[in-house]
Amino acid sequence: MATSAFPVTRTCPYAPPAEHVRLREEEPVARVTLPSGASVWAVSRLEDVRTMLNDPRFSSDRQHPGFPQFFSGRPQAAMPGRMLLGMDPPEHGEARRAVVGEFTVKRMNALGPRIQQIVDQHLDAMLAGPRPADLVQALSLPVPSLVICELLGVPYADHEFFQRNSGMLLRRTTPPEQRREAVGALRSYIRELLVQKERDPGDDLFSRQLAQSGDRDDLVNLGFLLLLAGHETTANMISLGVMTLLENPAQLAALRADPEVTPRAVEELLRYFTIAEFAVSRVAIQDVEIGGVLIRAGEGVIALGNTANRDPAAFEDGDRLDFDRGARHHVAFGFGPHQCLGQNLARLELQIVFDTLFRRVPGLRLAASVDELPFKDDAAIYGLYELPVTWDTVEG
Amino acid sequence: MRVVADTSRCVGAGQCVLTDPTTFDQDEQDGTVVLLRDEPLDSEVSARVREAVDICPSQALSLVE
Repeated sequence: MATSAFPVTRTCPYAPPAEHVRLREEEPVARVTLPSGASVWAVSRLEDVRTMLNDPRFSSDRQHPGFPQFFSGRPQAAMPGRMLLGMDPPEHGEARRAVVGEFTVKRMNALGPRIQQIVDQHLDAMLAGPRPADLVQALSLPVPSLVICELLGVPYADHEFFQRNSGMLLRRTTPPEQRREAVGALRSYIRELLVQKERDPGDDLFSRQLAQSGDRDDLVNLGFLLLLAGHETTANMISLGVMTLLENPAQLAALRADPEVTPRAVEELLRYFTIAEFAVSRVAIQDVEIGGVLIRAGEGVIALGNTANRDPAAFEDGDRLDFDRGARHHVAFGFGPHQCLGQNLARLELQIVFDTLFRRVPGLRLAASVDELPFKDDAAIYGLYELPVTWDTVEG
Repeated sequence: MRVVADTSRCVGAGQCVLTDPTTFDQDEQDGTVVLLRDEPLDSEVSARVREAVDICPSQALSLVE
């Protein structure tokens, strides 16, 4: 049985790594070796990924010795309290239902006007500033950051602290000890905020969770998860989406001509990039057969979502970006009981950003060629570190 | 054909509500699926409901004759 080195990074922003595609065609359930030396399974066809992520014989327990760890020599210190990402049924279902009511489609849609305001303010500031501008700093990062802070109930005066520390955490150049400090600062900030919210509750997620029951350690973990997930993922999709639309004038024209196209464009861009490529791993807690291969209890499995989302058995001509595809059975948000909690917030933010940006700034264009852009080739979540853009003078 | 929801499996992802808000809603407290229609589905609705059944991440939805 072939053993491939893992993970393989993308060489082209618009395509999964060739090695992953080869696995999907030749060895859809394959043995791969992580940098730590651990041998795990990689699953690369859509049907197998969906089956695996919905089978309770695969556990999300990150403390399990067989759970795939991508970084060697950096064991994750166990944090106090429970983490939603690491729970299994039935415990997970109960914990998720305690918070998922905050993210219903209706509640997200009710946030629309406020998101629009935040997008407009940041766009005003960008347009009033020098050209070219870095879209990542001007729009991609601050918009999801402010939205998640408001949802959690982080006071406006503390936004700067939050953005600085989470920015430090996300930057690849941040040295490890500074990264640990940022984690510590954010966690103690959340902890103190909870004390305040208990004394003086507001109309926000933290206050409502505290009123429900809310174990303090669990809530710190939840806040940390929502904060990081809310930043990194949506911000990267904004940047990649804008880049792609600017590079595809025909698709952009279709989006500009008809706002009904935007939700489909967002869905297709989510599938096309599948930025959380290595975020979905599991460990088998019983023997399971997937795609004709027996996976033994205790063995780790990685879902190659990006490759699965181009699987020809599930998506016709899947390497083509097609806003009319209407394919919603992708796994860009994962699948199974852990599927992204904030997916409908992400969809809404992306729709509002694309609609507003391209409506208000018709002459928007890239100020660098795509092959010069700094892609996050080294990160677990794919994206862009910078996206220089320029525009024609916008009147009135 | 009718649609049936198993709320104990539901994880509140809301994909069904995005697919067909005339058939599906979510509980305000725990986000789980609420069915808005009990009657047999006509062909236009059933196409959307089939899609919702297919993309439901926790396979909480099914169709019965």
